[in-house]
Amino acid sequence: MTAASGLAVAKAAKPPVFWAPFLKDAAVAALVAVLLALPMVGLQTYDIGGGALGIRTHFDWVAIAGAGVFSGRLGLRVLQHLHPRRTGRGPTLTSLAAWSSRQAVPITVAGIAFAAALPFLPFSSRYLIDLGTTVLIYVMLGWGLNVVVGLAGLLDLGYVAFYAVGAYTFALLARDLGFSFWEALPFSGLVAASFGILLGFPVLRLRGDYLAIVTLGFGEIIRIVLLNWASVTGGPNGISDIPRPSFFGLPFARSAPEGVTTFHQFFGLEFSPEHRVIFIYFVILGMALLTNAFTLRIRKLPIGRAWEALREDEVACRSLGINPTTVKLSAFAIGAMFGGFAGCFFATRQGFISPESFTFIESATILAIVVLGGMGSQMGVVLAAILLVSLPEFGRAFAEFRMLIFGAAMVGVMVWRPRGLISRREPTLRLGARSAG
Amino acid sequence: MAYFLQQLINGLTLGSIYGLIAIGYTMVYGIIGMINFAHGEIYMIGAFISIIAFLVLGLAGITYVPLALAVVLLITMFFTSIYGWAVERIAYRPLRGSFRLAPLISAIGMSIFLQNYVQIFQGARVKPMPPIVQGGFTILDSGGFAVRLSYLQLFIILLTLVLMVGFTTLIAATPLGRAQRACEQDMRMASLLGVDVDRVISLTFVMGAALAAVAGLMVTLYYGVIDFFIGFLAGVKAFTAAVLGGIGSLPGAMLGGILIGLIEAFWSGYFSVEYKDVSVFAVLILVLVFCPTGLLGRPEVEKV
Repeated sequence: MTAASGLAVAKAAKPPVFWAPFLKDAAVAALVAVLLALPMVGLQTYDIGGGALGIRTHFDWVAIAGAGVFSGRLGLRVLQHLHPRRTGRGPTLTSLAAWSSRQAVPITVAGIAFAAALPFLPFSSRYLIDLGTTVLIYVMLGWGLNVVVGLAGLLDLGYVAFYAVGAYTFALLARDLGFSFWEALPFSGLVAASFGILLGFPVLRLRGDYLAIVTLGFGEIIRIVLLNWASVTGGPNGISDIPRPSFFGLPFARSAPEGVTTFHQFFGLEFSPEHRVIFIYFVILGMALLTNAFTLRIRKLPIGRAWEALREDEVACRSLGINPTTVKLSAFAIGAMFGGFAGCFFATRQGFISPESFTFIESATILAIVVLGGMGSQMGVVLAAILLVSLPEFGRAFAEFRMLIFGAAMVGVMVWRPRGLISRREPTLRLGARSAG
Repeated sequence: MAYFLQQLINGLTLGSIYGLIAIGYTMVYGIIGMINFAHGEIYMIGAFISIIAFLVLGLAGITYVPLALAVVLLITMFFTSIYGWAVERIAYRPLRGSFRLAPLISAIGMSIFLQNYVQIFQGARVKPMPPIVQGGFTILDSGGFAVRLSYLQLFIILLTLVLMVGFTTLIAATPLGRAQRACEQDMRMASLLGVDVDRVISLTFVMGAALAAVAGLMVTLYYGVIDFFIGFLAGVKAFTAAVLGGIGSLPGAMLGGILIGLIEAFWSGYFSVEYKDVSVFAVLILVLVFCPTGLLGRPEVEKV
């Protein structure tokens, strides 16, 4: 490091020369940007009616792109040159990660307390609670997928399939057999877990990226079947009128049929549609926290240790007598089960489901939450879910650019911190003085 | 019989397109061992650039079809290659040597980015393209069902053949091809022997993108409509083709592409159009489970 900075000082002593290569570098980058932008941004196609296309030029945008890349690249190179050690702001976040793992208990308590108090805070509104519910669904899905991706190191690009299976299980049970949310919940998890085993059994001996593609294919198969098996799933129209959850048998309704007490009657409250919204919020909060507690506990059991060991080195595990197939399968099934629970909740919350809610982009979002947060980090998942779900809500003006930014962020975080935002590679088990974390 | 022959022709045409995309997957996988998830998007961009190039040529008054086709082909290959190069430079090169899932996730991000980039700047609606190569000849006429081979299908199959021959020669007989094969076998050794590995990898992406661009042009001509979402399915199918043929093997990619095209054509011809994508995914899963090295692939040895 000293040698490198010494070299930098030596270069800086000759000011007329040092920026010349940077200028050339920036010019090349700008040229590439202009060539990239020229056909796609500079020449825009649009309908001129009658099934024909017209073309509009936007060369000003191309020029802006070129100028932006030029100055950005030049600035970056000069900055790197002047402060060679400040490339990549890793240390700040690493210390944040260190801080969050040291202060895990207070942060967790504060987070849960805030989440629990959210519906009753003075600034809270129905909109905010709805948003919180959405965030929590993604937190739960992220925690579920974290078992598969973060702990067991299996890249699953079709996680949304289990979410869909859970949702449709409940919807079908409710429509055909009259099940309520609470009765259907275990079945949703069970069916999703069976699907996980069904898929996992043949494919789990595949290597990481093959596995990713196969799970992607599986997710698409499920979606296409849901879309086309109209006699059962309703096809593209989906299933509507899915029953809402009740509070231990007390429905949330303005008026109930004879012999049924509604929630507000039982507690002697004025009827308010917000009761249900708040109740739903607490249901998902409870489910998410259960998922988290379960994951944290199972990490310390032999099976959890085996997941992480397998992620680090499969060959070593095999030589130590761990059966990779069963261990992976259990991770897959448990991850799928949580996906199924979340799907069941999603169905009851929306009251309506269709295959459109279960596209690949959902899988990618959940995966992005796990990866951006830092694989294996439970706190990272929460942070990433809040960022990814709620930021677009606050900047409605950016709605159009939401997915664009989302994709760029995925690339950016990987390039910048391949291990995720707040993740530190720290063994969960140590020999010697410190006990397992 | 006539129906069978017609599906065979359709399948071969479709398979040529998949094969050209599959080469990009297989080359990249062979050399750096990652699935270039954004490759389907490169193909989609190729299709868009070809439609834009046709429009610009139309405005410039070049309407002689063979000339227009040749010019559009070159323009599309050139601009799409730059996209291929830029994707590698931005999203994959910084991650070389990182842990194995990082490039794949970066690639998924790139794919989402490119899809939305095109959607924002070119609009979300489908882009129609009037047919410019029309006509064809009837091969067989039996009982009112005429088997037709259109000039366009002939053009697609022949162009694919020419590209394949040229490409195989490039890999087999030029210094660049030699460097590439060296990198594929042992990247570190190749760099010790003076091969500029970064350059070779960049050129691999450029070549893959150029072939995907041709596929994009073909699909624009063949189907006459494109949108920003076509890259996803085509990408997965082409990847399936690469896996089926044996990933890392160039003839395998072509063979796999044609097989996938045939499977899809016959499935939609004889069973159901709705489930034609399921058939391809099912093939992918079956191949990976029962024969992960594919038809022409080398068995993979995991080194510790």
